[in-house]
Amino acid sequence: MSEGATTAARWISGALAFLLLAVVTLPVVGLLAASSPADLVAGAEDPLFVPALWLSIRTTLATLFIVILTGTPLAWWLATGPTRWTRVVEVLVVLPIVIPPAVLGIALLQGFGRQGLLGPLLGGLGVQVPFTTAAVILAQVVVSAPFYVESAAIAFRRVDVDLMLVARTLGASPTAAFFRVAAPVAATGLFAGAALAYARSVGEFGATLLFAGNLSGTTQTMPLAIYTALESDVRVALALALLLTAIAVALLFAIRVAPAALSARTLVSRNGGSNP
Amino acid sequence: MSWAVEVRASVGELGLDVALEGDQRPLAIVGPNGSGKTTLLRLIAGAPAEMAGRIVVDGATLFDSERGVALAPETRRVGYVPQGFGLFPHLSVVDNVAFGLSVSAQRAGATDRREKARALLTELRCEGLAERRPSRLSGGERQRVALARALIVEPRLLLLDEPLSTLDPGARRTLRAFLAERLRSRGVPAIAVTHDLRDVEALEARVAVLERGRIVQEGDLDDLRANPATDFVSEFLDRP
Repeated sequence: MSEGATTAARWISGALAFLLLAVVTLPVVGLLAASSPADLVAGAEDPLFVPALWLSIRTTLATLFIVILTGTPLAWWLATGPTRWTRVVEVLVVLPIVIPPAVLGIALLQGFGRQGLLGPLLGGLGVQVPFTTAAVILAQVVVSAPFYVESAAIAFRRVDVDLMLVARTLGASPTAAFFRVAAPVAATGLFAGAALAYARSVGEFGATLLFAGNLSGTTQTMPLAIYTALESDVRVALALALLLTAIAVALLFAIRVAPAALSARTLVSRNGGSNP
Repeated sequence: MSWAVEVRASVGELGLDVALEGDQRPLAIVGPNGSGKTTLLRLIAGAPAEMAGRIVVDGATLFDSERGVALAPETRRVGYVPQGFGLFPHLSVVDNVAFGLSVSAQRAGATDRREKARALLTELRCEGLAERRPSRLSGGERQRVALARALIVEPRLLLLDEPLSTLDPGARRTLRAFLAERLRSRGVPAIAVTHDLRDVEALEARVAVLERGRIVQEGDLDDLRANPATDFVSEFLDRP
């Protein structure tokens, strides 16, 4: 290739890369530029704002708790169980990542709705899930759990089996070995997975809208409030959007920076030194 | 203090069928890569696997497939030092050593167990390392710390997987003598996997040669020299 052609190729590839970068960053810049402090204050004082914020906080924290409580043992089993089964289960677990959220919303209705699979059973118990806060949490759990479970399973797979055997020979029960050795050694991956899952649940929109509806104070989380506010007062939408952006940036920071700080204590020391 | 191990298992491609016994004198297991040395140690330590046979240490039955006995690793009182030493990366040296006292039946208070760990570290001449992380240790230091961690719970049998192989030649010489002296002074029976004739000599160990999951020869170095059973044995003995 001639020198001129090489230069041209370099310019073209640079321009293409810049184009993507601009498209990716421009919306965020636009968001920041569009809102004045006065607009934000006005937005935050709107009656939509506080209930949506409060509901998002409550539901996402409940979701995180449920995901960690149930996802950790599942991830451990995926990492240590018999591979012929874990492979199948792992596919099932990550399925919600690739299924569109709106489809998940319909699927949740088919599962837990009045006419759904569990509908008669739940109805018999006097429980109605769709269009309640529980439905919001259920939708968030389904969309966010795969991120935690997948990340935790990868982290657990990296825990040397000999570490666990040594812990056991020193007197630790399987549970003690898990909490005293496996979990701390995998902490970086568990933390990153939890942050990713949390980010996903905070932003959950499609499945929630279809399965839980959009009722202020009950099922209207921040993303749904943005959707509603756009029809009335764009300042509320901007205030909510900026708050969600701030949460997202904080989580991104947590995912990128905190694990590096943690791994200085754990992962590096595992790989360093004389281990073959 | 005597022990007897009879193990029949198939792990992956390997079919293991081994019967060994010993007393306080260390036993060195040598053999080509993939012959089942590490698998054997892990099975004795209690790693989960389908196996048949019997493991008796100091009169206590740890495993007996016929009688349906299979003690969990935490109740076997068998110390295991894996290849690379398996130190817990998130704990300081003193907490690594004290680990066994924090989880076992002989659980002690935090101050008490750290004191005991420090005393043992002093005995093994590495008291200065107590607050360091394993990542900040040299290979030789790791070996001492791993040995201290295994010894603190007073095991009935010690399993050492290539305890010296990751060390540079200088450290290896020093640590070889150190290990031999510790095993003698503690009186703990040990099974050590090694690739090095000098380890066997320093430990004054009996030798069992494992090839493709079977013991092909067993005895003192002199017995092996007099009549090496396989090419591997001849090569092992010829090595400088």
